[in-house]
Formats: sequence, structure tokens, C-alpha cells
Amino acid sequence: MSALTQSTPAAAQSDAAPEKALRPPSYWPFVVPALVVVLAIIIFPWVFTIWMSLNEWKVGSATTFVGASNYLRLTSDPRFLEAVGHTMVYTLLSVVLPLILGTFAAVVFHQKFPGRGFLRGVFIMPMMATPVAIALVWTMMFHPQLGVLNYLLSLVGIPAQLWVFHPATVIPSLVLVETWQWTPLVMLIVLGGLAAIPSEPYESAQIDGASLWQVFRFITLPLIMPFLFIAGMIRMIDAVKSFDIIFAITQGGPGSASETINIYLYSVAFTYYDLGYGSAIAVVFFLLIILLAAVMLYARQRMLWTEITSGA
Amino acid sequence: MNPGHINLRQIVGRIGLWLSVLVIVSPAILFFLWMASLSLKFEVDNAAYPPVFIPERIAWKNYADVLASNRFMTYFVNSLIVTGSATLLALIVGVPAGYGIARMAAHKSAIVILIARITPGLSYLIPLFLLFQWLGLLGTLVPQIIIHLVVTVPIVIWIMIGYFETTPMELEEAALIDGATRWQVFRHVALPIARPGIAVAFILAVIFSWNNFVFGIVLAGRETRTLPVAVYNMISFDQLSWGPLAAAALIVTLPVLLLTVLAQRQIVAGLTAGAVKGG
Repeated sequence: MSALTQSTPAAAQSDAAPEKALRPPSYWPFVVPALVVVLAIIIFPWVFTIWMSLNEWKVGSATTFVGASNYLRLTSDPRFLEAVGHTMVYTLLSVVLPLILGTFAAVVFHQKFPGRGFLRGVFIMPMMATPVAIALVWTMMFHPQLGVLNYLLSLVGIPAQLWVFHPATVIPSLVLVETWQWTPLVMLIVLGGLAAIPSEPYESAQIDGASLWQVFRFITLPLIMPFLFIAGMIRMIDAVKSFDIIFAITQGGPGSASETINIYLYSVAFTYYDLGYGSAIAVVFFLLIILLAAVMLYARQRMLWTEITSGA
Repeated sequence: MNPGHINLRQIVGRIGLWLSVLVIVSPAILFFLWMASLSLKFEVDNAAYPPVFIPERIAWKNYADVLASNRFMTYFVNSLIVTGSATLLALIVGVPAGYGIARMAAHKSAIVILIARITPGLSYLIPLFLLFQWLGLLGTLVPQIIIHLVVTVPIVIWIMIGYFETTPMELEEAALIDGATRWQVFRHVALPIARPGIAVAFILAVIFSWNNFVFGIVLAGRETRTLPVAVYNMISFDQLSWGPLAAAALIVTLPVLLLTVLAQRQIVAGLTAGAVKGG
């Protein structure tokens, strides 16, 4: 009897063991081809970029190892420092405005109305459309004499603007395009958040006679915060890297008034063919994006922490 | 009860809702209508002030001119080849990879995908540009196909991991017990179930590859431009009149816009699941 009861767990174990042992390695063949591709087009370029950034590397001339001097050069390059400033302004505006407008749009699209599906499709068209094609049409719309935007302004009595043709208005004008293009992504993410909210708090708020703004401020907003945070993070990463729109509309101009890090990186690497210095910019640029993401995560943690401590 | 009062409130609410809808969607609608208007007007109307919205004479000629130019067809074919190849290759390597990662629960490997998502496209261009130069591939479409994988492969893997995590394991386990190999299970059990996920990955990979501009301006020569690069070059060099330019822009982006309206559900699912974007 005792022998039998002892052998049962052992038998069960030996039954399960081969299956368990089989599982982990046998899925590797599925991943290997992708791994090779990722190594070749993502990992290799990264390692090579870091190596290049430590060299004086210009197309058509010999390369020499120069250590950190490309990085030191960055700290005293006024054009780079200016580009960092432009990037920060551009990014801040291109995160905040789509977040506000996208949240509003999500609240509206969360309601039921006829034609909602189709209109949502129309609303997300700007972010799916080919950026260069849109940029071309926006350039025509920004035209100071013939552009439709100045005509629209004149209808409401606002004087004509120079839009992307003046250093003071070029970044806000580009942010206008970026906001028009990417508000839909924020809307979609927040809409996903709204769909997950239960209806009970709204019902009790309605009974209590809360106003629309109160309902939004004290019920909706806290519940969609995690989604707003994700949307903000994605928006930040994309806005920092924004290239197509800026390049196609202004190429960083007028002068260098809209030259962001990415646009400057392009000039250094593919106009001056200074690949070593360009690689250093690419590395610093990447670290900057990571740093911004870390700051946002930290701010989010702090916010959660204050919420918890003030609640307790 | 005061039914009159409630009705009034409801009506005001409805009006407010519709006004909000109007405010939200009109920038998109007006923009694309204006784009179409620009593309269908003769130069006289495009240079008129105040602007002409609906012209008396419609300039179909703008489209005919764009389509008739030899180069435009070349660039269209280039775009088809680059986007088609990059998407197909990404599906071939990415769908099994997504499956493997999901089944091994190797979530840490997704960090590579995140890094790819964060890295600016230009960072890949510098080393790969040199590599293609050494290999003597510049001047062909091969460098663009390869570098578009930077966009398409992470999208496909990311979406497929998410999709395979939601598909049930029971059928696969049953097939394994019946003596099927892992490959057979993948091919005949997992893959057919994953078709909707593959559709999402396919659509997003196509769109972001088709739209890509930054890789082309560096890697494309005169004969190897894709459509976005061709349109950009039209602005700077060849074409100064707005009608044909707007027509070209609309032709380039029309396939994507149609896909957006037709496959809206897949696009929304894909974007909100992974919130991936190429470039």
C-alpha cells in the first residue's frame, strides 16, 4: 500500500517532465530568422554607430580614432545647442496640444451618434496619410499671399501671417500640422481607456446632479490618467523624432529657425557627410529621448505617490 | 415629471454633441477637400484671391499629366516593389517570431522592439548607408527594401506577440499530444486562427512602409525613388504649379486613405494594441 502511494507522485512527475523539458528550446527555430534580421538591421547599426561616433569619419577620406572628441565638439556647437532648444519647444507643444484636443475628441467619440464609425475613420485619416503629401498641401495653405489660411484669418478679421516663412511663427505653424496629424492617435488611446470605465460612477453622479465638467474632472479624468500617460509618452517619442513634416515644409528654415536635432543630424550626416560627428549626434539624441522618457516616468511615479499619500 | 424640460435638455445636449463633432472632424474633412480642390483647378484658379473652392472648369488634366509622365509610373512601381517586399519579408520572419516569443513568454526580448521604436530612423541610415556602399548595392532597390524592414519587422513582431498571447493554447496542446510537430502545430493550428492578427500587421506594415520618406531621400537615386521621395523632389525641382503637385500628392496618399476607411477596425485595433508607428 505504502509503496503504491509513494510511486504515484513520482509517476506523475515523470509524465510531466518530458513535456516541460521539450517546451522551451523547441520554439527557438521560430525566432531565429527574425533574430538574424534584427541583429543585422537594428543591433548592428547601433553598435556600428557607437564605434563611428568615436572616429573622425568623413565620406571619401581616411578614418581616425579620436575618442570622445566628437562628443566634446557637441557641447560647444551653437547650432546643435540651438537645435536642442527648438526640439524641446516643438516637443512640448506637440505633446500638450494633441493630449488636450485628443481627450476632448475621445469624450465626444465615446458618445453614441449616427455616422460615428465613418466619422472616426475620417478623423484618423491625417495620421495615416503620407506625411510628405500632407506637408506639400500645408505648404500651399501657409503661402502668405495665395494660401487659404490667411484668407480664412481675414474672414474673422485677423491680419495675414507669414506662418512657416517667419522665424517667430515657424515652430508654432509646424506644431499646428503635427497636432492636426497626431491628435487622432491620442483620441484612439484615450477612447480605449473610456471604454474600460464602468457606468456606475456616472449614474451616481447624475443622481447627485453633477455638471458635465465636474463629471469629467472628478470621474473621467482620474480614470483615464494611465491612458493619457501612455499617449503622452508615445507622443513625446514621436514628436522628438519628427522629421518628414519639418523637412518637407521648411528643411529647418527660415535660416535655422526650425532646425531640430533630427534635421541637424540629417545635414551633418548627409549634406556634409561628416558621419563620425553625425553618429555622435545620433547617440546623444537617443540618450536624450531615453532621458525624457525617464523624466516622464518619474513624474508619473511622483504623481501616484502624492495621490496615495494625500489619500491616506 | 416635466417631459418638456427633459426634451429641451436632450435637444440642447444633442446640438452640443453635433457641434463638437463638427469642430473635431472639420479640420480633417476641410483639409482633404481643399487638397482635392487644389488638384482639380487650373493655375488661374489656384492663384486667385479670394481662393476659389469649386472651380467652374475642372482640370482633370492635372491628373492626366502626372500619370502620363514616365517617371511617375516608375516611381509607383518602385513603391510597390519596396513596400511589397519589405512587408512580405517582415511577415515571413515576424509572424513565426511573434508566435515563438508569445509561446516562450520571452517578454524581455520585446525590449529590442521598443528600442527600435524609440530610435530615430536616421540613426539606422548612417551605418547602413556605408554598408550598402561597401556592398555596391546603391543604385538598386535592394537597400531600400532592407532598410524598410526596420519599419515593418518590429510592427509585425509586436502585433503578432500580442495576438498569439490571446489565442487559446488548448487546440495546440491537443495537436502536440496527437504527435504533431511544433511546426505542424504552428502551420495548421496557430496560423489559421491568427489570420485577423496577420491582417492587422499586414495593413500597418504596408501603410508605414508606403509613407516612409526619410530612408528614400538618402538611399534613392534618380531611378530608384519611391513615391514620397518623388513628390518631395517635385516640390524642390521640377514642378512649380500647384495643380499637378496637389494631384501627385493625392495620388500618392490615396491608397493609404482608402485603406484607412476600409480597414478602419484593423488599424484602430493595431494602433491601440501596440501603438506602434514606423520611422
